[in-house]
Amino acid sequence: MAKNSTRFSRTQHKRNKRVISALKKCPTGISGLDEITEGGLPLGRPTLICGSAGCGKTLLAMEFISRGITEFNEPGVFMAFEETTEELATNVASLGMNLKEHIRQKKLAIDYVYIERSEIEETGEYDLEGLFVRLGNMIDSIGAKRVVLDTIEALFAGFSNEAVLRAELRRLFRWLKTKKVTTIITGEKGEKHLTRNGLEEYVSDCVILLDHRIVNEVATRRLRIVKYRGSKHGTNEYPTIIDENGLSVLPISSLGLTYPVSNDRIPTGIDRLDTMFGGKGYFRGTSVLVSGTAGSGKTSIAAAFADKTCRKGEKCIYFSFEESPEQIKRNMGSVGINLNQWEGKGLLKFHSTRPTLYGLEAHLVRIHKLVEEFHPTAVIMDPITNLAAIGESLEVKSMLTRIIDYLKNKQITTVFTSLTEGGGASAQSEVGISSLMDTWILLRHLETDGERNRLLYVLKSRGMAHSNQVREFVLSGKGVHLRDVYIGAGAVLTGSAREVQESKDNAQKLSDKQSSERRQRALRQQHLTLKGQVEALKVQLAGLAEELRISADAERCRIGVMHHRKKEMSLIRKAD
Amino acid sequence: MKQKPTSSAAKALAKKAVVFSKQKYVLRLYVAGITPKSSQAIQNITKICEDHLKGRYDLQVIDIYQKPMLLRGEQIIAAPTLIKKLPLPLRRFIGSMSDKKKILVGLDLQLKKNE
Repeated sequence: MAKNSTRFSRTQHKRNKRVISALKKCPTGISGLDEITEGGLPLGRPTLICGSAGCGKTLLAMEFISRGITEFNEPGVFMAFEETTEELATNVASLGMNLKEHIRQKKLAIDYVYIERSEIEETGEYDLEGLFVRLGNMIDSIGAKRVVLDTIEALFAGFSNEAVLRAELRRLFRWLKTKKVTTIITGEKGEKHLTRNGLEEYVSDCVILLDHRIVNEVATRRLRIVKYRGSKHGTNEYPTIIDENGLSVLPISSLGLTYPVSNDRIPTGIDRLDTMFGGKGYFRGTSVLVSGTAGSGKTSIAAAFADKTCRKGEKCIYFSFEESPEQIKRNMGSVGINLNQWEGKGLLKFHSTRPTLYGLEAHLVRIHKLVEEFHPTAVIMDPITNLAAIGESLEVKSMLTRIIDYLKNKQITTVFTSLTEGGGASAQSEVGISSLMDTWILLRHLETDGERNRLLYVLKSRGMAHSNQVREFVLSGKGVHLRDVYIGAGAVLTGSAREVQESKDNAQKLSDKQSSERRQRALRQQHLTLKGQVEALKVQLAGLAEELRISADAERCRIGVMHHRKKEMSLIRKAD
Repeated sequence: MKQKPTSSAAKALAKKAVVFSKQKYVLRLYVAGITPKSSQAIQNITKICEDHLKGRYDLQVIDIYQKPMLLRGEQIIAAPTLIKKLPLPLRRFIGSMSDKKKILVGLDLQLKKNE
């Protein structure tokens, strides 16, 4: 925006040889309002704040003055037409504004303008110069930079000559501009116009509409900038709350899908669950949904995560919509998670509210505020299903989207728990937000052999090779653990059935081992026997060979002898 | 039933008028400098006072530019404004004081038409 107008003014400068600077703004100091107005109210010009009764007009105006004094050292004038100085001071004292002190320091001037129709007789032409002089005198006496007229419409009730009034109002706003004061004018919401007497006709620079709506018996405050001449501004309806710190507006709709992404991992607090997520846990700054039926251990998983986060010295906020902090701490103590110590060290903060206490938007603003104040690295919301009680599914989804966007932007890891109705399809989360989640852990009960056991599996986890295994989830006095389930013969065994099966397995293993040893022994014996036989045969073979050789020798001798004899015989016979 | 109280009310009013006819009037006229409206208002009210309250009125004309600090206490918004401080009740008149009848009624110097 700023760039655009600078460029614009530069071209203007070239063309007209005259500098037109961008619209200067007067910061209100009200949390969030300066963001959606991109800097504040138009400096030195009037702004109209309108809305129905009780929507916080006077408060916003008073905060503008009060913060102007305390934060920007700009004195202010408050001209009240409805409440006296005393009443005003009392009303805002609970919000930490000390008007009396400001008045004493000559930083604030309050003038209560009393108009009583019945006391006034109109006898000819008049103007409102008295009002001008009063206002001018106050502005000059303290050097005011900010002025509030609350609510100037009271003049319409006091004077009957509307033509004079309208002319005078026009003159008043022109005069305020020449005084170079930034002015807030409040106006009651009218039926056809933004204000009952059409004040928007005179204040054309900036108009802010406050709204206080009641849906399903829950009130929600909203703020919208109807127009802002010469400036870009947020156009949505922004949720607003009034609490002990005054008014705050949540500029949440300005968030988008532009958050930073981290490769950093953050442990889940349950060792084997870390293993299921590739050994390291969740990605930092992602959203985790833990859903399951009643009593399946959702809160325990969330608390284990909170415990681990604090153990590492990081901060965590636990938003609980069902249980009180004390109850959570006691219950988690029973499974070996001591959250008390972290709260004592200021690392853990509990915030327990009933969802029906205020509207969704107000919850959103409160969450936003707490996160801004506490700077946690992890946030737990337990359970989000209860929020569905105060809004339509679409609204809840939109609210959670905003929360997720906001927390992701801040690189905060968030664990949401969600209750699934028993018997229903477990792969369907109650508020239809599963698609918004980066990681989804599903818990369920398995009822067999007269007992219920908890099962856990990771349905999805974006960006990592997570385990596809079903694990048994065991809560004991020593903490939260995961165990393998027994899978075989078309059934998953858990709890004591698993134990039985495991001991059976062990016995089987032992007997297997024994029989294998026996078999080996037998084989070894056989081996040895055969070896012996082989030796004996070898000896036998050697004997035989010897025998054979001896007999061959004898034969050869015998033949030789016989041959010799024949020779001798023939010699004797003198044969030819 | 209705006749009696009305006639007694009329008597009371007549008595009151007698009381008022002797009472001293304290009047303050606040004007914003010398404008046609201001001078017209001053002229008109002086004439009314001279005609109806001769010798028993105290009229002060105050310029709001000269004494801006007074405005807050007196709750002045419009100019010109005439305040009847005494006799009570306090009453304000705004404008150029040209509606003589309204002023006379307001100052309890004349009964309203229907009374």
